[in-house]
Amino acid sequence: MARKTARPGRTLVVFFLGLAISYGLVALGGTWKPELGLDLQGGTRITLTAKGNPTAESLNEARGIIDQRVNGSGVTEAEVTTQGNRYVVVEIPGKSRRDLVETVKRQAQLRFRLVACSSQTAACGGSTATDPTTQLPGVTTPESTPSGAASPSADPTAPSSESSGKNRAPLLLDKKKKAAASPSASPSDAASESASPSADPSASESTTTSPDGGDLVDQPIKWYKQPDDASVKAFNKFECPADGKAPIVDDNPDKPLITCGTGDEAGIKYLLSSALIEGTDLKSAAAEIPQQQVNWVVSLAFNGTGTDEFTKISRELYNTDGQFAVVLDGQVLSAPTMNGLITNGQAQISGNFTEATAMSLATSLKFGALPISFDDAGTQTDVIGPSLAGDQLSAGITAGLAGLFLVMLYCLIYYRGLGLVVIASLVVAAAATYSMVLLLSKGAGFTLSLPGIAGLIVAVGITADSFIVFFERIRDEMRDGKSMRVAVETGWVRARNTCLAADTVSLLAAVVLYIFAAGVVKGFAFALGLSTLIDLAIFFWFTHPMVSYLARYRFFNKGHKLSGLDPEALGINRLPAGGRA
Amino acid sequence: MGKFSRLGNDLYNGRRSIDFIGRKWIWYAVSGVIVLLAVIGLSTKGLNMGIEFTGGAQYQVTTSASQDTADKLQKAVADTGIPSAASPIVTTAGTDSVIIQTEPLTEEENSTVIDAIVGVTGADPTDDISQSEIGASWGKDVAKRSIIGLVVFLFAVVLFIWAYFREWKMSVAAIVALAHDLIITVGIYALSGFEVTPATVTGVLTILGFSLYDTVVVFDKVRENTKNLRDRRTTYAAQANLAVNQTLVRSVNTSIVALIPVGAILYVGAVQLGSGPLKDLALALFVGMAAGAYSSIFIATPLLVQLKSNESEVKLAEKRDASRKRHEADRYASVPVFKEDMPLVDEPGERERGRDDEDGTAPVATAPPRRPEASGRGRIAPPARGPVRESGASGRVQPTRQTRSKRGKK
Repeated sequence: MARKTARPGRTLVVFFLGLAISYGLVALGGTWKPELGLDLQGGTRITLTAKGNPTAESLNEARGIIDQRVNGSGVTEAEVTTQGNRYVVVEIPGKSRRDLVETVKRQAQLRFRLVACSSQTAACGGSTATDPTTQLPGVTTPESTPSGAASPSADPTAPSSESSGKNRAPLLLDKKKKAAASPSASPSDAASESASPSADPSASESTTTSPDGGDLVDQPIKWYKQPDDASVKAFNKFECPADGKAPIVDDNPDKPLITCGTGDEAGIKYLLSSALIEGTDLKSAAAEIPQQQVNWVVSLAFNGTGTDEFTKISRELYNTDGQFAVVLDGQVLSAPTMNGLITNGQAQISGNFTEATAMSLATSLKFGALPISFDDAGTQTDVIGPSLAGDQLSAGITAGLAGLFLVMLYCLIYYRGLGLVVIASLVVAAAATYSMVLLLSKGAGFTLSLPGIAGLIVAVGITADSFIVFFERIRDEMRDGKSMRVAVETGWVRARNTCLAADTVSLLAAVVLYIFAAGVVKGFAFALGLSTLIDLAIFFWFTHPMVSYLARYRFFNKGHKLSGLDPEALGINRLPAGGRA
Repeated sequence: MGKFSRLGNDLYNGRRSIDFIGRKWIWYAVSGVIVLLAVIGLSTKGLNMGIEFTGGAQYQVTTSASQDTADKLQKAVADTGIPSAASPIVTTAGTDSVIIQTEPLTEEENSTVIDAIVGVTGADPTDDISQSEIGASWGKDVAKRSIIGLVVFLFAVVLFIWAYFREWKMSVAAIVALAHDLIITVGIYALSGFEVTPATVTGVLTILGFSLYDTVVVFDKVRENTKNLRDRRTTYAAQANLAVNQTLVRSVNTSIVALIPVGAILYVGAVQLGSGPLKDLALALFVGMAAGAYSSIFIATPLLVQLKSNESEVKLAEKRDASRKRHEADRYASVPVFKEDMPLVDEPGERERGRDDEDGTAPVATAPPRRPEASGRGRIAPPARGPVRESGASGRVQPTRQTRSKRGKK
C-alpha cells in the first residue's frame, strides 16, 4: 500500500523546485502584489443607459446576462446592479477596464437568415450568387475578408423596438413566434431613433421601408427563391451608409431584413429572409484558431432544433450558389455559401477578429442576447474608489497575522518539535498560496476581496487539521508499541486516507458551487478549491517527507523531551525500542 | 501538557472514556433547545438582509472625493442610528463625486441621511446630491442558482459518503449534523441582527465544507474501529464511542487551531471596527465551525449508532456482549453451589437407581449425542468457536503440494 518513501529528501527537493518555478513564473509576470478586489481597491464603473423605457423585468434580465458575461470565468467578482428604471451599473475591479464596455453592452442577437438578394450579385432569388470565397470542406467558413464584427467602427447599434422585452427574450422563448408577437417598429420610430447615430440621411430614410414579406414569409426556404415584390422594391431603394457605419435596421426575426455587411463589405446590401436559426438555439460559442489556420474564429455549436434547421439550410443550399447570412444585431457578419452538407450543427463565424474581439463576441453569444439595447451616448465609465474604509484591510491583516501567531504558538507548545513541522508547513502553504494568487490574478483576472483574504486566513485552520490528524495518528501508532520510524509510515497511510476523503468533500463543494453558482459564490468556490488543493499538495509533498526525514534523527526517534514524541507526551511509560537504539 | 497527553493516551486505549453515545439524549436535548431558539429567532426577528439582496437608496454627492472624505461619510451615515443605514457602502467615483448606498429608507430617514451627508461635505442638498434607487445585485436568479448548486452539492456528498463508507446511514447522519450547524448559524444571525451580506453567504458555505469535513474525519475512525465487529468481541456503540474518544484530542486541537484566527478576525471586526464584511464573515465562521466540531461528535455519531441499532449484525453483537458480560460478572454462576438440604448424588447411575425405587417416572438423564471426533481426515472439522481470523498468510499464495499419485508424472 504505502509507497516507499525511502527518499523523503528527494520529494522535498522536487517540491521546492516546483515552488521556485511558480515564483519564477511570478517574476516573469512582474507583479508582486495581487490584484485587490472591488471593495479594497476600487475599480471601473460602467453606467449603461437603456434605450426606450424597458420594463423592470427585461432590465433585470439584462442585468443577469451582463453579470454572467463579466463574471463568465467567475474569479473577477464584478458587481452588476440596476439603478432607477433604465440604468445598469457594472462595477469591475481594476482601474482601466474600458475594454469590457463592448462585451458588456453588446446586444448579441445572433440570427441565421437566407440571402435573397445582394448587391454583390445583381440578381435576386437565390440564383447566381458568385461568392469569391475559398472554403474549407465540411465547415462553414464564411468569406475570407468579411466583417470585424467587434471592431469599434462597426458598433452594433440595432435599435430596439419600444417593447424591447418582447423583441426576443433570450434563452426563454421559442424561436418562431408566428403570432406576430413582436410588433415591428413603426417607421416613424425607426426614423426618429436613427437620427443621432447615423451620419448618412439616406440610410435612415431607407430603413423606413419595413417589408412585411408577403405570403411566403413563414417559409424562408421557399421565400428566398421568390422574394415578394414589395421587399425587392424596398431592397432596390435601400442604400448602405457610405462611411461604413451600421445601417439602422429593425431586426425582427419574423420579417425579411434589408441590411448591409460589415467591415470590408460594409457597402454590400442584402435582402434576407426571416430568421431560420436564432442565438437562443446556440449550445456553446468559443473563440479559437482552427487547425491549419491563422485567424481567430468564433465557433458555434447548435442545440437540437438549431442543428435540425441548420441541416435543412445545408441541404437546401448545398451545390447551389445560394448564400446564407450570419446576422449579428442586424448586421451581416458574413454571408457564405454552403460547400458541404453539415448535419452536426457545428458552424464558425470568421472575420478579421483579433483574439480580444473573438473572445468578446464568444462571451456575448455564450451568455445570451440582451433583451434591451443601450444608448451609446449614455454609456459612462468612471474610476471608483474602494467601498471599504481604508482601515478594514489593515485591520483584517493584523487580525489574521495575530491569529496565525497564536496558532503557531499553540502548535509549538503542544507538539513541540513536531510543531516546527506545522509552522514550516504553514509557511510553505502561505508561500504556495501567494504565488498561486499572483499567477491567477495575472492569468485569469483573479482578484482578492476582503472576504477572500479572510477565507484564506480561515483556510489555515483547515490546512492545519491535516497535520493534526497525521501527528495524532503517529502518536496512536506509537502507543500501540511501534517505533517512531514505523509509526510515521503506518500512521501516514491511515492519515492519508482520512485526509483524502475529507478533502474530497471540500473539493466537491468547490467544484459544484463553481459550476452552478454565480458571482461572489463562484469566486469563493474557486478560492476554496485552490486552498484545498494546496493543502493536499503540502500534505503529500512537504509534511510527510519532512516528518519521514526528521524521523531519522535521534532527537525524534529516541523521544527527546522537546521532540513532542517523548514517553511523557505520549502518556506511556517507556518508548518502544526502535530507531537507532 | 503532560496531563493532557496522559489523558490522550488514556482516551486512546479506552482506559478513560467519556460516554458520548450513551448520553445521547442529553446532547440531543441541548441541540434541540439551541436549534429551537435559532428557529424562533429566525421566525420572529428575521434576517437583516444587506443592500446586495434588497436593493436600496443611492446618493451621489458632488464634492472633492478622496478616500478620507469617503471614510468620514461612511462613519457619519452609520452614526445616524438608522438601522437600514447602519453599514452604508461608500465609494469615490472619479475625483469629484462620492456614492453612498444604503438599504431602503423612509422619507424621514432619508432627510436624516442627507443632513448627515451635508454635515460632512457641506454640499448643497438640491444641487450636489442626486438620489436614485438601486436594484439588488444579488437578485432572485443568483439566489436560485446558488440554491441549485447547494442541492446538487448535498446530493453529491450523500453519494460520496455512501460510496466511501459503504453505508448510507453515515450519509444521513452527516447531513443531519450539517443541517444542525446551518440552522444554528443562520439563527444566530437572526438573533444578533448582524447584516447578511454576500460575505455572510460565503461564510455559511465555508461551514458547509468544514462541518462535513469534520464529520468525515470522525466517521473514518468509527468505520475503522467497527470494521470487524464480531472479531472484536464488542458492540457497535462501544466501538463508536471509543472512536470518538480516540479522535477527541484531534477534534479539540483542530477546533482550537481553526477558531483562533477566526476569533481574532471576529474580535477586530466586531469590537474594533464595528462594521463591515469582516464581522459578518467571521461571525458565520466562528459559530459554524464551533457547531461543526460539536455536531460531528455529539450529534452525528450518536445518531449513526441509533440508526445502526436495528441491524441484525449490530443486534447480535449486543446480545453476545450482554451474555459475555453476564458471564464475566460471575464466571462460576453456572456451577451449583452447595446448600444444606441439597440432594447429594454422587453418580448419575446411583441417583437413577435410587429414584427408580420410589417411582418409575423420574426423568432419565441422557448424555448429548457424541459428535464425530475430528480425526484429521474426511470432512469432519471441529466447529469454530468464534469468528475465523485472517491468518498471517492471508492473501499470499501458499505453496501447494500435490498428492503423491500426481507428483512426478507429467
